[in-house]
Amino acid sequence: MWMDHPGWVLFGTWVAALFTLGIATFLYKDNPVYKFCEAVFVGISAGYWFVSYFWQTLLPKLGYPFYAGVKTVFVGPAEWGWLVLLIPGTLGMMMLLRLVPKAGWIARWPLAFIVGYTAGLRLITFLQSNAMTQLQNSVQPVVRYNESGQFLGWESFNILLVTVGTFAGLFYFFFSQEHKGVFGRVARVGTWFLMITFGAAFGYTVMGRMSLLIGRLDFLLADWLHLIR
Amino acid sequence: MAENPTEMKPGLFDRLMRIDRRVIFIFISVALIVPLFFNISQRIQVSPEVQMLNDAMNKVPDGGLVLFAMDYDPPSAPELQPMAVAAFKVALAKKFKMVIIGLWPQGPMQANMAFETATHDPRFKDVKLTYGVDYVNLGFQSGNEAVIQKMGSDIPTTFPRDYAGTPVDQLPLMKGIKNLGNFDFMVNISAGYPGTREWVQFGADRFGLKMVSGSTAVQTTEMSPYVGKQLLGLMGGMRGAAEFEQVSGYPGRAIKFMVGQSVAHVIVIVFIVIGNIAYFATRKRKGA
Repeated sequence: MWMDHPGWVLFGTWVAALFTLGIATFLYKDNPVYKFCEAVFVGISAGYWFVSYFWQTLLPKLGYPFYAGVKTVFVGPAEWGWLVLLIPGTLGMMMLLRLVPKAGWIARWPLAFIVGYTAGLRLITFLQSNAMTQLQNSVQPVVRYNESGQFLGWESFNILLVTVGTFAGLFYFFFSQEHKGVFGRVARVGTWFLMITFGAAFGYTVMGRMSLLIGRLDFLLADWLHLIR
Repeated sequence: MAENPTEMKPGLFDRLMRIDRRVIFIFISVALIVPLFFNISQRIQVSPEVQMLNDAMNKVPDGGLVLFAMDYDPPSAPELQPMAVAAFKVALAKKFKMVIIGLWPQGPMQANMAFETATHDPRFKDVKLTYGVDYVNLGFQSGNEAVIQKMGSDIPTTFPRDYAGTPVDQLPLMKGIKNLGNFDFMVNISAGYPGTREWVQFGADRFGLKMVSGSTAVQTTEMSPYVGKQLLGLMGGMRGAAEFEQVSGYPGRAIKFMVGQSVAHVIVIVFIVIGNIAYFATRKRKGA
């Protein structure tokens, strides 16, 4: 393919490197170079997703089957299963009416369909996977032994910690009683567990952002400047 | 203008409280760049979650049918690509039959890149793979969790063609694959929605798919509760990738990058400590 030509690869690498540096200039302060790179990125992203959805969703899921179905009516033998595509097609067009101020309210109907469908689908799965199954996984004997009957201290401690954390966390989210006395103290333990969880999540987020930065630095130093292998 | 004699000269802690964020950026940049120039590595302690993942993959019989769902895109590649490469290397070593899909448009492309990197490992130079027989890439399919739901009952109609447009009934590997129940195992590399959560909810819990996951660091704490019965192992972020490279015996880029990552973390911790000391010291003085 023409894109694999070394000249184009080199050109692409330079463009990517210069835009990376352009975006990085924001670390010093906001500036026109950063604004330019940001605008180009937003524009290209919007264009990419539009093209992607058009070719990978709209045409294969609606356009091509619709065309093939209509064709059978004229060429034969006629098939009528394609008529069902009129429903999503119409809902999709109703959604686009948001762009027309006077008819914008019509877009609420397909939106209501999406909300209803998603809520129905997710309600069951979350109840099954995030509530029932995890509840089942949490109810375990706190004292653990291995197959030869040896006490497993660390595993037992871990399960005890999970049990205490689950109970205390649930107490914290019990708002129909004032958090005072023993109830309040248990709820406070729940707060600590929540804080530790948020801290762990923040720590992971920092690691994630560092990883992205390492990826960019590796690109600049290896692929662009060839300073490292 | 004459200096106000009543104005206190800023002390060390005051200056630390007003430290320019760009100073921190420089420290972090140096910490990340310098290790890249040296061939140094650090000891990687393998976590139970990654050990479980490796054990689960090794329990799959040689030549087993494995589904690879690559649900990520280039922005997440620094964290997730090393996981994908290492997972493919394990798959090559165990001669798995691989079916690759993506619920993210760029996922299958990332999978191709990871697969190519894995096959270029000198340890697999004698491995002869035939597309359509040993592995297939069915490409992207839009529909998020609905795709997984449909795969539970009928894969050929969910993915009628592969990545290159070949009808699946012309691919020998796809003959006999009807639904998710035909797979021995699944590896999901996920950067968000749709991803591991949806595969657990629809693939594992509903259709009994045995699966492991590699996820971005940001969503690791959300996926951790699934580890056990729902998820047979989890790699979280670059650290998880490095652990998997270590335990699987295929060291790669994640291990290389972990040195810089660790140094940068130490610097962040040092700045947090300095910031807190300065905060309490200046607060105490203001209170006095």
